[in-house]
Amino acid sequence: MDLFNFKMPEQFIIMNNPLIIGAWISIILASVGIVFFVTKYKKWGYLWREWFTTVDHKKIGVMYILAALLMLFRGGFDAILMRTQLALPDMKVLDAQHYNEIFTTHGTIMILFMAMPFIIGLMNVGVPLQIGARDVAFPVLNAVSFWLFFVGAMVFNLSFVIGGSPDAGWTNYVPLSGSELTPGVGINYYLWGLQIAGIGTLATGINFFVTILKMRAPGMTLLRMPMFTWSTLVTSVIIIFAFPVLTITLALLTFDRLFGAHFFTIDAGGMPMMWANLFWIWGHPEVYIVILPAFGIFSDVISTFARKRLFGYHAMVISMVAISGLSFVVWVHHFFTMGNGPWINSIFSITTMLIAVPTGVKVFNWLFTMYKGRIETPAPMLWSLAFIPNFLIGGVTGVMLASAPADYQYHNSYFLVSHFHYVLIGGTVFGCMAGLYYWWPKIFDFKLNERISKWAFWIFIVGFNVCFLPMYLVGLQGMPRRIYTYKAEMGWTMWNFVQTIGAYLMGIGFILIVWAIIYSIRHEKRDRSGDPWHGRTLEWAIPSPPPHYNFSRMPSRITSADPYWDAKKRGESMFDENEPLKPIHMPNNDGMPIVMSGFMFIAGFGFVFEWLLIAFIGLLGVIGTMVWRSFKDYDADHYVQVEEIERDQAELQASLEGRS
Amino acid sequence: MLPFRKGAWKWLAVAGMMMAILSGCEPIKTGVLNPKGPVAQQQYDLIVWSAVLMSIILIVVFVLFVVIMVRFRASKLSKDYEPPDEKGNTFLEIVWTAIPVLIVIAIGIPTVTTTFDLEKSPSPNKKPITIEATSAQWKWIFKYPEQGIETVNYVKIPANVPVRFKLSSHDAMNSFWVPELGGQEYTMADMPMTLWLEADKPGKFQGRGNNFTGRDFAKMVFTVEAKKQSDFDSWVAQIKKTAPKQSEKEYKKLLKPGTVGLQSYSSYPKSAEVKNPNMPGMNHGGMDKDEMKDMPGMDHSKKKKDDKKKDDMEDMPGMDHSKMKDDDMDSEKD
Amino acid sequence: MASSSVPKGTPNFPEYQTEEGRLKIFGFWVFLAAEVVLFSTLFATYLVLADRTAGGPTGKDLFEVKDFMIETMLLLTSSFTCGLATLEMRKGNKKGVFIWMITTLLLGAGFLGMEISEFVAYVNEGATLQTSAFLSGFFVLVGTHGLHVTVGIIWISLVLIQVAQRGLTPTTCRKLFIGGLYWHFLDVVWIFIFTAVYLTGLI
Repeated sequence: MDLFNFKMPEQFIIMNNPLIIGAWISIILASVGIVFFVTKYKKWGYLWREWFTTVDHKKIGVMYILAALLMLFRGGFDAILMRTQLALPDMKVLDAQHYNEIFTTHGTIMILFMAMPFIIGLMNVGVPLQIGARDVAFPVLNAVSFWLFFVGAMVFNLSFVIGGSPDAGWTNYVPLSGSELTPGVGINYYLWGLQIAGIGTLATGINFFVTILKMRAPGMTLLRMPMFTWSTLVTSVIIIFAFPVLTITLALLTFDRLFGAHFFTIDAGGMPMMWANLFWIWGHPEVYIVILPAFGIFSDVISTFARKRLFGYHAMVISMVAISGLSFVVWVHHFFTMGNGPWINSIFSITTMLIAVPTGVKVFNWLFTMYKGRIETPAPMLWSLAFIPNFLIGGVTGVMLASAPADYQYHNSYFLVSHFHYVLIGGTVFGCMAGLYYWWPKIFDFKLNERISKWAFWIFIVGFNVCFLPMYLVGLQGMPRRIYTYKAEMGWTMWNFVQTIGAYLMGIGFILIVWAIIYSIRHEKRDRSGDPWHGRTLEWAIPSPPPHYNFSRMPSRITSADPYWDAKKRGESMFDENEPLKPIHMPNNDGMPIVMSGFMFIAGFGFVFEWLLIAFIGLLGVIGTMVWRSFKDYDADHYVQVEEIERDQAELQASLEGRS
Repeated sequence: MLPFRKGAWKWLAVAGMMMAILSGCEPIKTGVLNPKGPVAQQQYDLIVWSAVLMSIILIVVFVLFVVIMVRFRASKLSKDYEPPDEKGNTFLEIVWTAIPVLIVIAIGIPTVTTTFDLEKSPSPNKKPITIEATSAQWKWIFKYPEQGIETVNYVKIPANVPVRFKLSSHDAMNSFWVPELGGQEYTMADMPMTLWLEADKPGKFQGRGNNFTGRDFAKMVFTVEAKKQSDFDSWVAQIKKTAPKQSEKEYKKLLKPGTVGLQSYSSYPKSAEVKNPNMPGMNHGGMDKDEMKDMPGMDHSKKKKDDKKKDDMEDMPGMDHSKMKDDDMDSEKD
Repeated sequence: MASSSVPKGTPNFPEYQTEEGRLKIFGFWVFLAAEVVLFSTLFATYLVLADRTAGGPTGKDLFEVKDFMIETMLLLTSSFTCGLATLEMRKGNKKGVFIWMITTLLLGAGFLGMEISEFVAYVNEGATLQTSAFLSGFFVLVGTHGLHVTVGIIWISLVLIQVAQRGLTPTTCRKLFIGGLYWHFLDVVWIFIFTAVYLTGLI
């Protein structure tokens, strides 16, 4: 615990593999290219003013989604590498160590740095607009959340090229991840990347909880909130109760690794089993944090494109609350095989199976929303429709896994791997895609190209099933997860090869989605009128993109959960046009979040390498920026004047007339 | 062609769950779906039962889904069709709450009974044999306390005799899995556990470590060979006669991280015996009462890397075990 | 933010005067809920490990009744004086706020000083974070609370500087009030530490 110890890890700069050298080259090229072009076109000021210091929830949402897509690329590339290695027996694409690193980073990135920010990005974009708020409750804190997530992701990804990646799985079980069996900086990267991002997520949970409870437009009672807003509220509660557990769990292992404590060690009374418990007490709610908002998206999208009110709104709310409650009492099902005794295993089997009840209610309610509806199938609806059968496959195998004695046979096999990919891809990723396509023409003034998107969708869906259905079979054949190679005589070759084909198809699907975005930015028709889907909820009542203050007048006349739909049916506007415009109070942009997070990066880096002096300098910087912010808190907002609002409205009017 | 042989309907149920991708393919006859002992058979029955119930749900929902998609596509409907403004249907919603509850009960009851069954010997009237299975980075060590022999990376068992595997780990947590004989349990350094398995007939089965333990985890496979009791006895006698004795030093060397081939020893050092480091007297993890009595007092020597600490531990006068027991129970509930 | 529309039922106190103040106070309560979870996890960990002393010293060997009773009294008293400061704040009495808040901080600093010397004494007796799982749990649980107290002292001091600069405005009052909430929360956590760690450790 020497403050001035600067011991170097075995390898500081990693250069031992063509892939990593490739990563180095692309990182350097990309950085130089970005710096060059931004400088050449003099965009630094623009970036700083409009993005880096923004507190606008819509822009923060966009940055979250961009970062998530980037991480989806990284995590997806990991997956492609793994599938290539496993395509045939005894492949030599990756050696054991690299395979172990890659499945670890794949899992961690996909859950924490892809699914979470994607969902949180969509919350940022959607929720304030859906409830008629001009921003979230704590806009600066929101920016802090984003930048902490971003820095956490950067710290974690740095491991690939500097010091070495974590290699104990995303569950990071001790004693394997303890300092005795896995010395080096890899696990430290895991601990600090997650820790920094996790603090940001906790702040997001608090922020959206307060926003939704305290900032809804007049008339929007709790039971008139759109389902996505409901799901965000429930998710925020889960975040508030689950993420502190992660904070502590990571901190305890950090104490073990850096300072020789004995929480999880085999010797001196430590208790390795406690890691599994603590990890999943956070980890199980965590998967519901990423699935419930997706449920909310599907509810909104399905009722929009079936042109019908959501079937059983109250049951949908109750079932979601029930799922969130159950999510905290099922964690033991992740380790039925740890010798918990028959009573505990039986109880947790039953609680786990019970999750099927509210989830089943939701599935039937979605189906009956479409029944007698008028179903249209643009891209967001396609992803939502695909969700139902695919998620159901994941769901029913989940019930099978919930049976403890049967789980003795599924556990840690590809059966399990397939199950959680069916729920996480079929649920969360499809939900993110549905949300992205759905709200894209709200964030911007154009839709994403339908033709390319449909190709992308079908290739991805086919690839997904080709990749993951056979995994159930090889799982039952006894193939364990996390092995880097297998022998031909195991008889797993054919299905593994098929899976790899599926994985490549998914990769093509992803590339096409990115292509659809690029293509649409250049070619899609612009339309600022704001209601491209004939929407039902408040966000569609304002222009696209909305002004930075969202609502020039506050919406009135909210009498149901589909206020805009009902207003359109009555031939009314959501807004009282006779009401005079008033100056709008808005927060100022703020440089504190990004500066503070920069210091957090330094601190994280210092802790990863156990260079405590650097770590403490970083922490002092974090505290210093917060203190500085506290003293200039008295000058943190401004009023948008009526003239500016009128100017915006005139501009919008001109754009709409120019189009028609 | 569909494989209509004995038990084919069960297989069909599983295949149906996989959305018929298998139709026309050879049924898989390895692993979980090929039970070769009473434990695996019990689990197989549970798997098939749950798969059948789940298939029913899948089929119902899929049919509903397709019908609704076909019937209510906007392009199939007349231009002036307006969806009705309905809020829900309490009766229907009660129905589709009640049905999953019934299904949960239908799976839950056999789940609970099987969970308790698996804690006991699959054939209580037969005299069991005990084998200690220890995982280390990256090999499996099998000790036969009754026979006094030790094997590495392979294990032979008498067929038709219940085997009490005492599972433990030297370092990282692994999982002991022989799919054709029965489900797995973890091997842990701080809590040895018992797993009952039995093979119906002589045969060879693939076993493996199933919980990630680092670099050469993929190579932690072993074969389990079930032999007729007489063959088993003569094999033991042969090992006793021909295989070398294992010294303390050799055992320590074996435990160091690395991979090794198949090995056999006619004896093993005392320090290699599996003990429960933290909690003798605990009755969880499937350890039965008589077994507890056999367990001698605390002995940490097996897994102590730090000799100084080891001495400290052994000097500890009268650790209060009864208290520890409660805490460990608590830790599981926490 | 425009303070015109104060919702019905909102107490007429300076810290609740603005929309921003109301949101932040509510948000801070939610944050405290998260803190409760955080400390619960630490308590659970500690209780699981409490008897795993690995041959090292036990709580009985280490804890001094007199010391932790004094620590408890210091912190409980500071919570009381912190409450008095809030009352003075609502009366708009800047001087009273300073008197009671500085008393609070001094009591807090006294508590902290005693805790640090307690830790130093343990380490000198050979009871460190590295000795056993019990001591790891002890140092991290009690240390996390101590860290919170440290943060509280620095934070409230900074707020007091702002009060000195700007007087008792709705914003500074909100900051003082939130600082006070935090301080009371630390007191509550300490009561649990007092019971679950020290008193239980003596038995």
